Amino acid sequence: MSVLAAGVEGSNPLLNIAIFGLFVVITLVVVFRASRSTKTASDYYAADRAFTGPQNGVAISGDYLSAASFLGIAGAIAVYGYDGFLYSIGFLVAWLVALLLVAELLRNTGKFTMGDVVAYRMRQRPVRAAAATSTLAVSFFYLLAQMAGAGGLVALLLGVDGAAGQSLVIVAVGVVMIAYVLIGGMKGTTWVQIIKATLLIIGAFAMTLWVLGKYGFSLSSVLQAAVDEAGRTGQAILGPGKQYGATGTSKLDFLSLGIALVLGTAGLPHVLMRFYTVPTARDARRSMAWAIALTGVFYLFTLVLGYGAGALVGPGKIGKAPGGVNSAVPLLALELGGPILLGLISAIAFATILAVVAGLTITASASFAHDVYASVVKKGKASPDSEVRVARTTALVIGAVAILGGILANGQNVAFLVALAFAVAASANLPTILYSLFWKRFNTQGALWSIYGGLAVTIVLIVFSPAVSGKPVDPKTGKSASMIQGVDFHWFPLDNPGLVSIPIAFVLGWLATMLSKERNDSKHAEMEVRALTGAGAEKSVAH
Amino acid sequence: MSTTHTHVIGGPPNVAWEEVHESEDFQELRGRLRRFIFPVTALFLAWYLLYVVVADYAHEFMSTKLFGNITVGLVFGLLQFASTFVITWLYMRYANRRLDPIAEKIRADVERESA
Repeated sequence: MSVLAAGVEGSNPLLNIAIFGLFVVITLVVVFRASRSTKTASDYYAADRAFTGPQNGVAISGDYLSAASFLGIAGAIAVYGYDGFLYSIGFLVAWLVALLLVAELLRNTGKFTMGDVVAYRMRQRPVRAAAATSTLAVSFFYLLAQMAGAGGLVALLLGVDGAAGQSLVIVAVGVVMIAYVLIGGMKGTTWVQIIKATLLIIGAFAMTLWVLGKYGFSLSSVLQAAVDEAGRTGQAILGPGKQYGATGTSKLDFLSLGIALVLGTAGLPHVLMRFYTVPTARDARRSMAWAIALTGVFYLFTLVLGYGAGALVGPGKIGKAPGGVNSAVPLLALELGGPILLGLISAIAFATILAVVAGLTITASASFAHDVYASVVKKGKASPDSEVRVARTTALVIGAVAILGGILANGQNVAFLVALAFAVAASANLPTILYSLFWKRFNTQGALWSIYGGLAVTIVLIVFSPAVSGKPVDPKTGKSASMIQGVDFHWFPLDNPGLVSIPIAFVLGWLATMLSKERNDSKHAEMEVRALTGAGAEKSVAH
Repeated sequence: MSTTHTHVIGGPPNVAWEEVHESEDFQELRGRLRRFIFPVTALFLAWYLLYVVVADYAHEFMSTKLFGNITVGLVFGLLQFASTFVITWLYMRYANRRLDPIAEKIRADVERESA
């Protein structure tokens, strides 16, 4: 039993594995059933556009509520108090950008990918190559974050703390995920998201009621208990500043993060692709309303769960647990319902990682097959069958990269990788999408500059940020909080590049457009009519 | 590459898009959409940025207790939730009543002409 020494005291690793195994078996059966009708490219990429608005809304929340937001936000609230809450607000308000500016117009003008929309009235090959590049970059960073998080969760929930054991679990997670994507395509992956999101929201709701019930359904009493438990400076958790308020630079960093969060969501390729799985723009709108309601309510649950964990478990115990901040919710589950509730919550957390990784993989593989292979390599003359074959092969490759990357990135700072993905999405994708939907003059050169420019600036600023090198060494652990130890080559003061990189990408897109003579008013007229009315939009084809 | 539009997305090929674009109906639809989404986007972004800046720079104010342990910051944050839900509801209503009927009419016209 030495391999399965309990990561959390009182946890039963075998029980956790059994519950998670049950989830995998059930979802695989569902995926197999969904696969029977997956034949065409439209089936594979867009689930034949046959999901309803509410179904897709639940699936969007499934894509969005990653392990980082479930365990990460509640954990941050438990330890830092109010500052953790700021994340959920940024994540939630961000949906309005997608609802008002992007979802319906994208559904009406595109087919499978972001590249369909930004290349609509441009020279196809260069713009699609650029769109695929940034899609792959965002998906890659997001994948790494999820897979790296999986390693940490394993240590926490299953008590597997050897590097070899953790790697083995990352491989197992990767293999199951690849099976979902290859067998079920978008339809199977969507059903996995729906099952997972339902479990996650019900689980969080039950725990929230339980916590509130312990304090006579008074939020104020929960807060009081959390303050008492937090010790001498306990009052600080009720207001902002505990995590980000230390210096002028850290405040600026928070502002930068806040901007990237609110503008990043509408540029996340795996969220954008979900809008293609419904029959009409109206359904895309309804799915957004469902996603906003569900994620909003969920973030309210995490607020109670975070402070509840602070009150019932205590920040001291959370900080010392394997997995640190991320262990707040599992520890709270153990405190409330014993090993069985812990097992359930652990299984849901794993399911979350699995489902989000599957969603990212299908997005990245679709972008490669549809934009790079079919348009750039085959110049638009690829048969749909060969396109799907390439997409499946790509999914296999991305799965392998995710497994390998997850093993290498195990133990890295997960929040940093997620912030990087949001910053790239907000800098490289969003300006390009908004310009192509709303600006008549926008052209090929503008699209290329805003995508490549936004991507390059974001990555350069991150590489030379304190997140990568140069943070002071913590005397307690003897380690720096930066990714690379022992060297310091940072010159950009902020961890989060959004404050600088997003405006630069907007300016580059504008400047490059004006410097190029290309303009195509008739194609713009066509795109705008299609975008606003849905005339000639891709339809759901009944078999 | 000489041809710019090799990739045709499925749909009616022979539509006089520019004529539809200039039509009164379409300009009305475009105006209605833009008159809603642009001001509302400016509004919610400003409201959100105000919240972020106050949370970032006015800790004392945000930590003021209103009743029990409920602080200004908590209420301000919950108001962001409320405004997000309200804007979503307003837009759904606006789109159903003011955008969908006219969009459907134009779409039907376009698809009949090209059939």
